[in-house]
Formats: sequence, structure tokens, C-alpha cells
Amino acid sequence: MLIFGVVIYPAIELVRASTGEYSITGLRRGSNGVENYANVLSHPALGTVLVNTLIWVVAVVAITILLSLGLAQFLSKDFWGRRAVRWAVLVPWAASLVITSRLFTLIFDYYHGILNVLLTKLHIISEPVDWLGDDTWTMPSMILVGVLVSIPFTAYVLLAGLNAIPGEVHEAARIDGAGPWQAWRRVTLPLLRPALLVSAVLNMIYVFNSFPIIWTLNDRNPGYTHDTTITFMYKLAFKSADRDVGMSAAAGVFNVLLILVAVVLYLRLVKWREEDA
Amino acid sequence: MSTVIARPQAGGWRRARRFVLPVAGLLVAIVFLAPYVVMLLDSLRPGSEALQSPPSFLPHHWTLGAYGDILGDSRFQNWLKTSLLVAFASTAIVILVAIPAAYFTARFKFPGRTAFLFLVLVTQMFAPTSLVVGIYREFFELSMVNTYGALILTNSAFNLAFAVWIMHGFFAALPKELEEAAELDGNGRVGTMMRVMLPLTLPGVVTATIFTFIAVWNEYVVALTLMQDDDKKPLTVGINSYVTGYEQNWDQLFAASIVAIVPVVILFAVIEKHLVGGLTAGSVK
Repeated sequence: MLIFGVVIYPAIELVRASTGEYSITGLRRGSNGVENYANVLSHPALGTVLVNTLIWVVAVVAITILLSLGLAQFLSKDFWGRRAVRWAVLVPWAASLVITSRLFTLIFDYYHGILNVLLTKLHIISEPVDWLGDDTWTMPSMILVGVLVSIPFTAYVLLAGLNAIPGEVHEAARIDGAGPWQAWRRVTLPLLRPALLVSAVLNMIYVFNSFPIIWTLNDRNPGYTHDTTITFMYKLAFKSADRDVGMSAAAGVFNVLLILVAVVLYLRLVKWREEDA
Repeated sequence: MSTVIARPQAGGWRRARRFVLPVAGLLVAIVFLAPYVVMLLDSLRPGSEALQSPPSFLPHHWTLGAYGDILGDSRFQNWLKTSLLVAFASTAIVILVAIPAAYFTARFKFPGRTAFLFLVLVTQMFAPTSLVVGIYREFFELSMVNTYGALILTNSAFNLAFAVWIMHGFFAALPKELEEAAELDGNGRVGTMMRVMLPLTLPGVVTATIFTFIAVWNEYVVALTLMQDDDKKPLTVGINSYVTGYEQNWDQLFAASIVAIVPVVILFAVIEKHLVGGLTAGSVK
């Protein structure tokens, strides 16, 4: 019931809105048929937005999973101060995304940002970089933040997966003469599959729908140069010259369909079965 | 047998790892904490210093002024109150509804169960951003805009699916015989669940609880739209007003952010052990 009220009903509203025509102030003027969909599909920025979304989702999810695999492996080892390290890894998760994003606008800032000072002092760069103003660096900067905030959840899911693998399995592999790398690839990785699956699917959904990072770090760009489908949709309704609730809703419907297709494709790719869930 | 696997470098590595691992751990911790150390330092300097050029790592003037400002600010107190209220209430609702739901889907093979579980996943795909217009209308018609109830209901619904998904695995992993035995001992269905099943699935319940709590604590878009009354906003929305086009109190923004992280970190610290055991225990069969 609750899910119906808060997810299904607004979803129906969304579809209804996507076929309506709205005035600048958001009043419904009447039905618009499929014109909103056509408008979205013919929007000049659509290509850029789709490419951005693809880069954003694939880069953040892939980098997050790779780094989290290593991190989980590391955190599963027993060493002095491990609890403290586990704690530290959790902090980006505990902090609100909105605040983390704002914090990073300050860290990345050309004039006031600490990142440029740090990198210059370490002689990694010879002169300050305009991380959020220079188009080549905007997306990588956003991805960096996206990865940072996605790792805690992912690493913890994988860590839990690792902990669930009985120790004897590793021993058996070693006795059979497998080197560490081989043992990891042939034994650990397949057993981690359910954990990898859960974290990959949830990450895909969350990263796809991630709003604050792109919205905040991309604040200065009036156009759609670095927008993903989710901020594109928001801008259509509230910020752009278009100011069109109907078009935004249509974009929202596309967005859900896109995620659905992406997740189904992914599940197909890894041959999901119900037992895995 | 064990001599077979001893490799020549193993002894050296064993000695080295005592130092290498903690040092590597320290580096990892630094990477993850660095941005938030910047935040902490910025909360300890006067607001104007955050925008100095060139920037400095350490404050020129150390001050706890920002903390005094926000803790004495009645707006901040209201935001904190809202956040605590909404987070605890939503989490309680989610857990109370999700436990029986997860139990049901795990125990009874009703037709379309796989479809149901997939549908649950699909509800996670709707971005709050795209639903927020519909949600706003719905609560507007119910004249519930600006009420805590609206925010609590929305947050509960958004997180219910995920909680069911997580707990489903835990219930499914419990042997059926256990339940039957408990019933033979004269426990009713509810009694069986409360006294036998629940304690055994505690890690699952804990995991779902922490996920829900964090998600609600950090929710932004819905709260931004539904709570327009300044003293009913939650922290995530409220504290942004410390830095706007007119006000530049970065020190207060960051001090408030540090305060907002504290409850979550404490919660983590208390249940960290259960969390690691619980995250996928249900999904690994």
C-alpha cells in the first residue's frame, strides 16, 4: 500500500504529466499527446546528455567496483588498526551527498581550492587547473566524487561477501598448487558473484539517478554540456528556457526505461537467476 | 601438507606485512578522510577564511565560533529535530512493515514470486527527482504539504523495497524445521517469529536498519520540495541556507555538516560488526 501510494501513484502522475501541456507556471492546459516525447527526442542537447550519462554511469560503476574489490580484499586482512581504517572508509557514506558535493566545489575551486595547492606543491601539476570550469576536467572531477561516495557501500557489500567464503576453500586451492592470483581468480571471484551482482545492480541504479553531485559541481554551466539524464530532466522543468513540466515528465519516463534496459541487459549478461538474489 | 605450500618468499613477507599493512591502511584512511578533514578545518576557521586566495591548509585563526553559532541557532535546532524525528520514524515503519513482508516472500512460494522481487527492484529505479512533482501534488491534495507525516511516509516507501529485498535473503536462509519445532512447542505464528526467527535474522534486520536510516538522514530532493516551512526542514535542506548568494557562512555550513555526520558515524560504530556479517549473508547460498 505504502509503496503504491508513494511510488506507483506518482509514477502514474508522471506518465499522465508526460502527455500534458503545461504553461510556464506549471498549470495544466490540456493534453498534448505524444508531443512531449517527440520534443524530448528532438531536443538538441539529447545526444550530449546521453553520452554524458553513459560515461558517468559506466566510469563510476566500473572504477568503484574495481577499487572496492581491492579495498575489500585489503580490509578482510587482519592488521593493526583495521577497525579504524574501516571506520574511515565509511565516512563518505555517512556524510550527506549534498554537503559532500558542496565541499568539493570548494576543494576543486580554481582560486580558493586546496586541491590545486596540494598538487602544485607535490609537483604533480605545474600550474593550477580549473577543475570545474575547464570542460576537459569537469567530468573527471565529477567522476572522482562519484567514485568516492560509492566505494563505502560497495566495499562493504564485497567485504561481507568475502567474509562469507569459508577459509577451507582457499586452503584447498593452495594445496592444489594454485598461486595467489590464480586462486583468487578461480576460487574467490566466482564465490563473490552474488555480492558483486548485488553491488553492481544497486550501484547502476543509484549512480544513474544520482543528482546532487552533477547538479552542484556543474553549477556554473548554463547549458547541458555536462548534464546526465537526471539533471537534464530537472532543468527541463525548473531551470532552462524551456520550463516545461510535460517535457520533463516525458524525460523522466525515458529515464526509468533507460535504467530498466541497462539493468536487464546487465542481468542478461551475467545470467541472473532468482536464487542469486 | 603445509610444507608443500611454503614458498621461498613467504617468511620475508610475513615479517614485512606487519608493517606494510598498517601503513597501507593509514594511506587508505587518509584518502577517504582527507575531504572531510578539509571540512573540519574549514569549520574551525572564520567563514571569510574559506574563500581566501591562496588557500591554506590550517586556519590562521582557530575558533569554535561556528559551533557556538549553529548550536545556539533556533533554526538549526529545528532542522536537527526534524531530521531525528523523520529518520527514526521512517526507519521504524520500514522495519516493522518489511519484516513480515520479507518473511512472507521467503516462506511462501506464491505464484509470481520472482516477478514480485524484480518489481521491488524496479521501484528502486524511479528517481525521486522524477517522482517529486507527483508526490507534491498528491500531498497537496491531501493538504499534507509541510507536514512531518508526508516526509515520513515518502521516505518509508522509498526504502521499504530495499529492506524487503535484504531481509528476504535472511529469512530464506533459515531452516524450515526450526520453525516447525517452535510451533510444536506451542508457539503461535507470531510467537514463533518474535521468539525464534527474529533473533536469528538479527544481522539482516540490523543491515536494513542502517541502510534505511542513512538513506532517510541524507534524503534531499523530496524534503526540499515538500518542506517549505523553514523551521520544518531537515538538516540536509536547512543547512544550505548558511551559504547562499547573500550569506557566505562556510564555517557554519561545515560545522553543521560535521554535526550531521556524527549520529550516523555513532550508529555505524555501534553495529559495524553486524553490518559486515549481514550485508550479503542472505544472498550467498
